[in-house]
Amino acid sequence: MTTQSSTEYEKYYVPEKSKMAVCATIGLLLSTFGAASVMNDMTFGDGATTSSWSIFWFGLFFFSATLFAWFRTAIRENIAGLNSAQLKKSYVLGMFWFIFSEVMFFFAFFGALFYVRTLVGPWLAGEGEGGRMNHLLWEGFQYAWPMAQTPQEAVGGVASQPIANMGSFQSYEKSMAFADAAAWYLWLPMWNTIVLLSSSVTVHIAHMGILDGNKRKFNIWLGITVALGMLFVSLQILEYYEAYAHFGLTLNSGIYGSTFFMLTGFHGFHVIMGMTMLLIQWLRSVKGGHFTTDDHFGFEASSWYWHFVDVVWVFLFLFVYIL
Amino acid sequence: MGAHHHGPAKGLSRWLFTTNHKDIGTMYLWFSFAMFILGGSFAMIIRAELFQPGMQLVDPAFFNQMTTLHGLVMVFGAIMPSFVGLANWMIPMMIGAPDMALPRMNNWSFWILPPAFLILASTLFMEGGAPAFGWTFYAPLSTTYAPPSVTYFIFSIHVLGLSSIMGSINIIATVMNMRAPGMTYMKMPLFVWTWLITAFLLVAVMPVLAGAVTMMLMDVHFGTSFFSAAGGGDPVLFQHIFWFFGHPEVYIIILPAFGVVSQIIPTFARKPLFGYDSMVYATASIAFLSFVVWAHHMYTVGMPVAGELFFMYATMLIAVPTGVKVFNWVTTMWRGAMTFETPMLFCMGFLVLFTIGGFTGLMLSIAPADFQYHDSYFVVAHFHYVMVAGAVFSMSAAIYYWLPKWCGRMYNEAMGKTHFWISFIGFNIAFFPQHFVGLAGMPRRIPDYALQFADFNMLSSIGAFIYGASQILFLYNVIATIVAGKPTSDEKTWDGAEGLEWTVATPAPYHTFETPPRVK
Repeated sequence: MTTQSSTEYEKYYVPEKSKMAVCATIGLLLSTFGAASVMNDMTFGDGATTSSWSIFWFGLFFFSATLFAWFRTAIRENIAGLNSAQLKKSYVLGMFWFIFSEVMFFFAFFGALFYVRTLVGPWLAGEGEGGRMNHLLWEGFQYAWPMAQTPQEAVGGVASQPIANMGSFQSYEKSMAFADAAAWYLWLPMWNTIVLLSSSVTVHIAHMGILDGNKRKFNIWLGITVALGMLFVSLQILEYYEAYAHFGLTLNSGIYGSTFFMLTGFHGFHVIMGMTMLLIQWLRSVKGGHFTTDDHFGFEASSWYWHFVDVVWVFLFLFVYIL
Repeated sequence: MGAHHHGPAKGLSRWLFTTNHKDIGTMYLWFSFAMFILGGSFAMIIRAELFQPGMQLVDPAFFNQMTTLHGLVMVFGAIMPSFVGLANWMIPMMIGAPDMALPRMNNWSFWILPPAFLILASTLFMEGGAPAFGWTFYAPLSTTYAPPSVTYFIFSIHVLGLSSIMGSINIIATVMNMRAPGMTYMKMPLFVWTWLITAFLLVAVMPVLAGAVTMMLMDVHFGTSFFSAAGGGDPVLFQHIFWFFGHPEVYIIILPAFGVVSQIIPTFARKPLFGYDSMVYATASIAFLSFVVWAHHMYTVGMPVAGELFFMYATMLIAVPTGVKVFNWVTTMWRGAMTFETPMLFCMGFLVLFTIGGFTGLMLSIAPADFQYHDSYFVVAHFHYVMVAGAVFSMSAAIYYWLPKWCGRMYNEAMGKTHFWISFIGFNIAFFPQHFVGLAGMPRRIPDYALQFADFNMLSSIGAFIYGASQILFLYNVIATIVAGKPTSDEKTWDGAEGLEWTVATPAPYHTFETPPRVK
């Protein structure tokens, strides 16, 4: 069935023993255990001083340091010429399927949003086959999206229903949806969209720069992309501040607040991740002189990720802010 | 980097820092067996309490913790890692690759598992006890009414998911990128095919599970209302998200088992697998359908009739590709020169019992009938026929089948056959009566039951103890083989075996196929 053949085979580099996996495991264990303890102290604790935060920060620091060392090793191996074309393809596949898994993560939250908006809301208001409970539990609840008044408030007024372990639901005064056509230029989400979409264009220009062998063009446009990412995050922080300080829109504002903050929050978290990735590529290029016309996968992978967060934002803009 | 034909390092660092797919596979396999014993001992506590009606050994809260942890440990700790371990060992050897595509990440995928289970098991000793809301952790049991340990449970699920996703990305990259020249997709051994599709399922649904537990976390600690109708959410939303993960998850468990059986039956029938192409297409169809059938776990929750009908028909459709597989296995054996060594016995057991489990699944898929079966012991019997007699039997078969190749020593055939027969008999005594008590109305997840179920439950407990004891024989046989089995250096342990893994030396050298073979 088989014959051994070594013609034209570039050896696939299998790294020798590595301590990084175990170090990353220790970091992950401590940071997750610490995070869980912090949350339990907050919700179930008696206010006593604990070491949860220290465990969490130590774990996170350890984890980040390990990841730094890990990526540095991978980059050095590539520069040393250990990576065959086949190994590079493994990295490409790894990044592609990682982004696919991220897509599925957002899919869960978008799925929740659609389910609530098309089925749960009308049912709670007494419509359709799921509506039988309305007159028993939520009489008087009217469904509209954004959901300004939770079912419990409709029945018992504000603060009538304690949430699982803390506080009460509060309705908001103003949602993030597009409301005032006359003052459209003051609508923050629109500016966010412009900023993020532009950053996708700029990162593409940077990509064309490296393909042309024009490192100056690459560095400038990649730098602009990172700056736009920072601008986006700043605007997002401003929006959250507005929501909490002036709109009364918080995580406790029923399902509208839940879906709004979780979708935009996880997106924002991914923007920060993508921005960090691009920033590292920028530093590699400017300080380290990395990347050539035919070898710049670190940048390419980061730019794919950046396009991915951009596409997620388009869906967010459509389904969270506009529709 | 010249030719560094190094063997394994000495001592503990070999295992901690390894990048070798065989080492990592071995660790996965031993870890999963440890979890199998742990989850099994939880099951023994459950069956001991159910030995007689009334409350004997444990209090109901602890009983609930046992059923919850038994399910979680068996699914995430025993079955899934065992097949990942098998994938690690066998896929590079089956496709002629020097190792997995991303070896360091491979090691990391393994090493985050033990800490995750350490966190999960530690909840048993926490104030308020371990999670007691069932392995499906439905809201609001897992949110509003959960013990504080739920937070640790959530993070351990996150870490397990991370492990699965990284492991799967590695498998996908390996299969897509590392096949030896000439090893086209349609020449790949079926085990590789089933794992490729399984890995795709894992990458697709583990993030959804992560989303579900994240929403729980937010509901518990940060005042969101995803699963609270009072805030405009819906507890049923949890079930939809969970089962969107959960149904593909059961195929994640069983597809690699199909792959194993498809490797072993041809060997002992001494005939090529019947209908290879249709096996591949059937596997892909099952994977595709698994995404559109999730709500058949929730017929009684109050869905619109259109939903019930859609999910009923889609579910029944799965019987078609599954039937294709069963018929192909049977046809492979038809007029074969068959022998019945231990791996083959386990595959025969798999075939018969999995088919029974498949048929009870078909019964459960019928929405109007399910209103009777739902949450009864019939369901328990059904999924143990597919999980234990399906996945675990095929895993036992795989161990006996490849163990001589792994360690260069032959296991004790008589002891292996004894293990099979005790398992087979014990399993059926344990789970067959559960069909009857379930149909007669005994609900699942209860520590006490009505008197008319007493005889069958006692029988069931006896069977479970027999099955549990047979695993100790299994452990003994495996260790005895590794330590003092009869040495063998035959490249082919089984004369009917085909495939690249049987072309390398026995025991398999630390590094295989550093130069790829050319497959014709």
